[in-house]
Amino acid sequence: MNRKQKRILLRIACSAFLLILALVFNKIGLHEIISSSLCLGAFIAVGYDVIMKAVWGLRHRNFIDENLLMSIASVGAVFLKEFFEAVAIMLFYQIGELFQSYAVNKSRKSIEAISNIRPDTARVVRNGETLIVSPEEVETGEIIKIFAGERIALDGEIIQGETSVNNSFLTGESLPKDVGVGDRVFAGGINMEGTITVKVTAPFSQSSVAKILELTETSFENKSKSERFITKFARYYTPAVVITALLIAIIPQFFINDNRGEWIRRALTFLVISCPCALVISVPLSFFGGIGAASAKGILVKGSGVLETLSKCDTVVFDKTGTLTKGKFTVKEIYTEKINERVLLAVCAAAESQSNHPIAKCIVEASKEDYKRFRVNDVREISGKGIIAMIEKWQVAVGNIKLMEELDIAVKPTDKTAVYVAIDQKFAGFITVGDTVKEEAKEAIAKLIELETEKTVMLTGDREENAGEIAELLSIDEYFSNLLPENKVEILENIIKDSEGKVVFVGDGINDAPVLARSDVGISMGSIGSDAANTTADVVIADDDLRKIPIAIKIAKRTTEIATQNIILALSVKILFLMMGIFGATGMAGAVFADVGIAVITILNAMRSMKAK
Amino acid sequence: MKKTFKINDLDCAHCAAKMEEKIKALEGVANANVNFIAQKLTIEAADEIFDEVVKKAALICKEVEPDCTVVF
Repeated sequence: MNRKQKRILLRIACSAFLLILALVFNKIGLHEIISSSLCLGAFIAVGYDVIMKAVWGLRHRNFIDENLLMSIASVGAVFLKEFFEAVAIMLFYQIGELFQSYAVNKSRKSIEAISNIRPDTARVVRNGETLIVSPEEVETGEIIKIFAGERIALDGEIIQGETSVNNSFLTGESLPKDVGVGDRVFAGGINMEGTITVKVTAPFSQSSVAKILELTETSFENKSKSERFITKFARYYTPAVVITALLIAIIPQFFINDNRGEWIRRALTFLVISCPCALVISVPLSFFGGIGAASAKGILVKGSGVLETLSKCDTVVFDKTGTLTKGKFTVKEIYTEKINERVLLAVCAAAESQSNHPIAKCIVEASKEDYKRFRVNDVREISGKGIIAMIEKWQVAVGNIKLMEELDIAVKPTDKTAVYVAIDQKFAGFITVGDTVKEEAKEAIAKLIELETEKTVMLTGDREENAGEIAELLSIDEYFSNLLPENKVEILENIIKDSEGKVVFVGDGINDAPVLARSDVGISMGSIGSDAANTTADVVIADDDLRKIPIAIKIAKRTTEIATQNIILALSVKILFLMMGIFGATGMAGAVFADVGIAVITILNAMRSMKAK
Repeated sequence: MKKTFKINDLDCAHCAAKMEEKIKALEGVANANVNFIAQKLTIEAADEIFDEVVKKAALICKEVEPDCTVVF
């Protein structure tokens, strides 16, 4: 609780004390003046600022706000000689307001925790000197040092030192990760144990943390349908209630001659119940809690509207490469004829050692140090086909089937993506390469099915065989292969037309941006994803973990449920008490109590959305 | 130009909505957003009149909720 809140709590306590004293003195029969003065004291203690704000509001020709309503109600009560009620009204109102402000602050703290991850300084080593500068001033390639306990200022690669890093802001994982020379570290993470020297790989504005901060700051412009409904509702509701209250106060006066005070009291009660505060606060709070819960898991949701749409989705469409798979080639199978596998790999790698082709690189990596033992000469790269080189005394040709056909070498063919190797004009074997499916993919898809996702679909530009294999492995319902980027959008539109619920698309590449935009909810893989994808997407998964997708959907459904519960609860109780007020079934204090009670219940309910599972 | 300011002591969600409406209605404002929960005010307006618009916006905030202050 902050200072202001503590002061209000004190005032409430004093006022309650005085009120109780007044009640007691009244009961034991002391002169009315005493209890009345005590009431006055209690009233002023708890209500002075409400009345002042009401006057201020009137002076500035403002809308009729809660302060005015409460003031009218309580002053009205005073005129009706209901002193206890007058104090009770103000008391309950302030208690309700205090509670609201406390709850809102608590929710704010959880989102502010995200803003606190911003590193303020970086320790850069320039020309032998160590300087402390702001992270924005450090350029790619510079060297920075981070001591134990400090926040890492920029994305980079460790060139000296070992430590463990806490990246919970990014991944939601509170288990620190051990890192050493060659490992990547992220800006915003906390260096737990030892000093590390890091070579900066990206300027601050492009680091993951900068992107996350930007995303969280702009996310609130996107409002959910529930929130927009509340805003429209409140706009019509308040004047309608005030007018009705006036009618209640005035009209019966013409027909009923006695007990005029009663109708005025009922009008005041009506006014008091009219406060839509519970509704107006609890709905945004619920969504806010949901977004906070998602952020804590490393899922950045760009707005309440997104959360709402996500809760209604029944189809999830995946891009294959880079999303379901790691996006990196690895050696799968080595087939050899009369030669040792390791030797074949080494020979092939030696021939490809200078090529930049991703397949070449992965073969070289697989061979580790072996290939370096061979002397390589006369390397000729034939684009689109392969490489011919002299390895030691052998003439080695490595490449695709077209190269083998051209050199007139008979091979044992395979329909997988492979590099064929011929040594001295004779087929020696082939090495198949492929992309690896992410380990968590199967689990993620299984969880999606648990959440009642109707259909999962995979889109890819890759070949039919590869696509089919992966679709079967992961139990994906439908897949489309050999797609050009334009095709993907078309297919997505068909899927959207055919599905009842909303459609989610998960992707990572630059060419996924149009599809991300067209889908109802676009989810991008945050760290390997391209900037274009991350900017276009509605949800960014900071650590690329596919299992976060079902988690995001679960949070979305829960949050929307809570928001709807609150709307129904608040509206029905309000209407009930409004009716009761008209028929005199409740007094003003009772009305305020109900108002506060509902506010408290809906706010507590909204806070449930902050807990993610 | 589009800039975001922090608002202190913004305690009433209804007020935030009212502020947003009034600031949006100011002449020269392309867009405005008051985020009650993050306590942030974002204003988008033409460069030349930006400072003026911001001052008027701060006044509006004070009128609607006297307790709150915009941090520059």
